[in-house]
Amino acid sequence: MALKERDEFSGQVTTGHEWNGIKELNTPVPRLLWVFLSTMGLFAIGWTIMMPSWPGVSGYFRGLLGADQHEAVQQSLVEAEAERSIWSERLASEDLATLAADQSIMTAVRQTGPALFGDNCAGCHGYSATGNAGYPNIAEAPMMWGGDADTIAETIRIGINANHPETRYGQMLAFGRDQMLGSAEISALADYLVSMQGEKFLTPEENAAAQTLFADNCAGCHGEDARGMVETGAPNLTDAHWTYGDDRATIRQSIYNGRQGTMPAWEGRLSTAQIRLLALYVMDLRGDIP
Amino acid sequence: MFKFHYRLERSALGLVGFIILVASIGGFIEIAPLFTIDETVEEAQDMRVYTPLEVAGRNIFIREGCYACHSQMIRTLRDEVDRYGPYSLAVESQYDHPQLWGSKRTGPDLARLGNKYSDAWHTTHLNNPRDLVPQSKMPAYRWLLRDQLRTDDLGQHLATLRTVGVPYTDDQIANATQDAYGQANPDSPEAGGVAERYGDATNIRPFDGQTDKLTDMDALVAYLQVLGNLTNAAHETQTAEVE
Repeated sequence: MALKERDEFSGQVTTGHEWNGIKELNTPVPRLLWVFLSTMGLFAIGWTIMMPSWPGVSGYFRGLLGADQHEAVQQSLVEAEAERSIWSERLASEDLATLAADQSIMTAVRQTGPALFGDNCAGCHGYSATGNAGYPNIAEAPMMWGGDADTIAETIRIGINANHPETRYGQMLAFGRDQMLGSAEISALADYLVSMQGEKFLTPEENAAAQTLFADNCAGCHGEDARGMVETGAPNLTDAHWTYGDDRATIRQSIYNGRQGTMPAWEGRLSTAQIRLLALYVMDLRGDIP
Repeated sequence: MFKFHYRLERSALGLVGFIILVASIGGFIEIAPLFTIDETVEEAQDMRVYTPLEVAGRNIFIREGCYACHSQMIRTLRDEVDRYGPYSLAVESQYDHPQLWGSKRTGPDLARLGNKYSDAWHTTHLNNPRDLVPQSKMPAYRWLLRDQLRTDDLGQHLATLRTVGVPYTDDQIANATQDAYGQANPDSPEAGGVAERYGDATNIRPFDGQTDKLTDMDALVAYLQVLGNLTNAAHETQTAEVE
């Protein structure tokens, strides 16, 4: 290696080599970069000492700080529950009618309700709770299983036709498919139901025949006056609310193939306080809470 | 320090050796955690395997790219546990090959989706999400309800999964095709063997509402309804830590 020489223009040392008259500078790496790299390296080593890191023969090194994400999230969940306890404890235990009259509770219901309803209920019933085809309007229509707060909370808890041991069970029979009624009889009943909405006019004879059919086949669940029964969960057939559709073809299909909608059971997924909060929220949407 | 590097540069073998050493640090840091993987994955005695129909549904989930918008992992954060339920445990994806944890959420997380909605809801929603959620931007997967599910190769899928550690029995592999049919047709003679081979907790239902044919929809809904329900370990862990 030739003797190092200093470049006269830059003042830096050259590598000492010469390639066809060209020499190369040997500028050192900037000191700041060295400081930065060394600091980062030391920090990384320090971090592995503080946090869970190195594998060993009998398990991994847990770190000096004892950091554990499972414990950390548990701690924050406990804190969250403590923040909510002002209303959640009362919601879980006190009488719903009393709670509905309490402005501070209803404020919490109106603040928390939309997020809880949006995340769990809106998928079927829609964000405004007005329902979708196959999923009832629970903001305006009469509640099929009963509309007081305790009954709504119970329906949310155990569901309808759900996989909960206490679930509510309701089924509209397949009158056509299972050959309980003939095609003409189903048509007569469909016409009768459409006529009740004022969409169709039936002769007195047709009306009387359909009424007999209705009393023999439908009144057991829907009631003699077709206004539905909360005991069987059968809907009111005289109002403007139709879960599956109010046109003659859909009604005919409902009678022919039957219906058995499912509402999942929310016990286990939602806490008691959350279920009862949702019941009050739905009551509030329905305008049943002053 | 510079002196050492000058000397190193003049020894070809020494330089090669040091390049390999430095480059392997990154590799070691990625591989080392696997040495203690047994400690990381929890024990879950009640862990079930996917049924053939659920495996088929999982394959459709991957085929349609659902994982691009939906994660399957609830992180250890307060808001996630509040919204979705107990945080995910490693054992829950023990039999997932590949795992579908994901990191991108255009739609919600699906790790605890099983049993949250009805089969009919999933069928309508997958067919056209806007029938139920007007503001949804999820694509409509209309062909799922139309396309016949391919079941003749399910035994091979199960056998392949067994080679990577999923404990399928010979009996399960041999009956995979008929079990897939039976799980979606509870009134058929094939349905009996499903609960026998996969346990009583298995969902045996006409998932897409049609009993006359086995569609891609049957498989995908069967898979979505079992998400988070293969083991109860996550719920138990969280309850234990609270106490």
